[in-house]
Amino acid sequence: MKPEEIIQRRVARELKPNSLVNLGIGLPTGVAKFIDEHDNILFESENGIVGLAAKPPEGMDDPDLTDAGGGTVSAIPGAATIDSAYSFGLIRGGHLDATVLGALEVDEEGLLANWVVPGKMVPGMGGAMDLVTGARRVIVAMNHTARGAPKIVPKCTLPLTSIRRISLIVTDLAVIEPTDEGLVLRERAPGVTVDQIVAATSAKLVIDGDVPEMDLGVAA
Amino acid sequence: MKPHLKPEDAVKLIPDGARLMIGGFMGVGSPHRLLEALAQSGKRNLTVIANDTARPGVDIGKLIRAGAVSKLIASHIGLNPETQKGMISGEIDVELVPQGTLVERIRAGGYGLGGVLTKTGLGTIAADGQQTVEIDGELWLLAKPLKADFALIAADQADYSGNLQYQLTSTNFNPIMALAGATVICEAREILPIGMIPPDVVKTPGVVVDYLIERAA
Repeated sequence: MKPEEIIQRRVARELKPNSLVNLGIGLPTGVAKFIDEHDNILFESENGIVGLAAKPPEGMDDPDLTDAGGGTVSAIPGAATIDSAYSFGLIRGGHLDATVLGALEVDEEGLLANWVVPGKMVPGMGGAMDLVTGARRVIVAMNHTARGAPKIVPKCTLPLTSIRRISLIVTDLAVIEPTDEGLVLRERAPGVTVDQIVAATSAKLVIDGDVPEMDLGVAA
Repeated sequence: MKPHLKPEDAVKLIPDGARLMIGGFMGVGSPHRLLEALAQSGKRNLTVIANDTARPGVDIGKLIRAGAVSKLIASHIGLNPETQKGMISGEIDVELVPQGTLVERIRAGGYGLGGVLTKTGLGTIAADGQQTVEIDGELWLLAKPLKADFALIAADQADYSGNLQYQLTSTNFNPIMALAGATVICEAREILPIGMIPPDVVKTPGVVVDYLIERAA
């Protein structure tokens, strides 16, 4: 199984039935592929839609029905569209059950940096700061390292997205939960050892007893 | 009937140095023909308040490419490297604002509010130089209102009186900006006789719209 599929499948199992979820552009978007239809999970996008569905076939798409990356999407029966003020009311007002997004760095306090590399990459924060500050659960979905360098670090060196602690980190190697006691290693990816995870992480991990393997719902 | 103009005549209302709000999200729900005419008009020194600058050479990206913009207030410029280049070289003064805060600042401007209080951005560099307010022991960031000389917006349908309705995700910032611009110019996909848009479907009442853009010939 490809690393990104491990991450997407594991994040999918984290989403609760009947919840409202925002998936970031890129790897997080793919989480939707692994959702059980019967769970009635609603996806929303901050550009103004509740009930987002996958891109329709070429030629069947509507230029006025898009996701936050500007790409065309479809909608489920019962979808609703809203303006940007209402959209961020949903996000900031505590009505969004979970947001799944990528990271440049996450640190021992569970703080996230994901919107700027000063002097190099200045995309802007878009909706990320509101999502991380307002969603009930913030799930970071990312590769454990970037070109071999750890992304889970003692302290973020890049500008923070929020001063609020995120809820969970899911990577191709591990599931890690930020707590008052630090970053607790909860699960290992199939076939990955605790030593391999520790070696790929520059932050201190709290390891308490046996660390179980991720349940992906299918054989890896 | 609302005054109606061709795009090339509408942009003559806009002077160099004007402060513009422009609807749209990655170009979806932007007034496409109006932006094309504005980019062609050779305006300079415009301030643009918008969610993003679309992609290079597309919609608001046309204004960036034409060198018409000297100041930009936006939440995201990641998909337009030309804007990023302008920011890094100092040609464009870019203020990046969290998206939810940006729309609330515009709403506050249009609704006659002195600002809004938000947790978003608190303790990050996005809050640098901004005022915090403590209420009942809780800290908030003050987001100040934004207004503009012109709001350039797009709608799905307008009627002759300027009542507007929007479609799907092309709604985004448009109805909010319609209250925050001193002069509001709307480019609708379709212009209909009065009475054809049911009152409950009208999202922006025509009283706040100043000009409609005529349909393409």
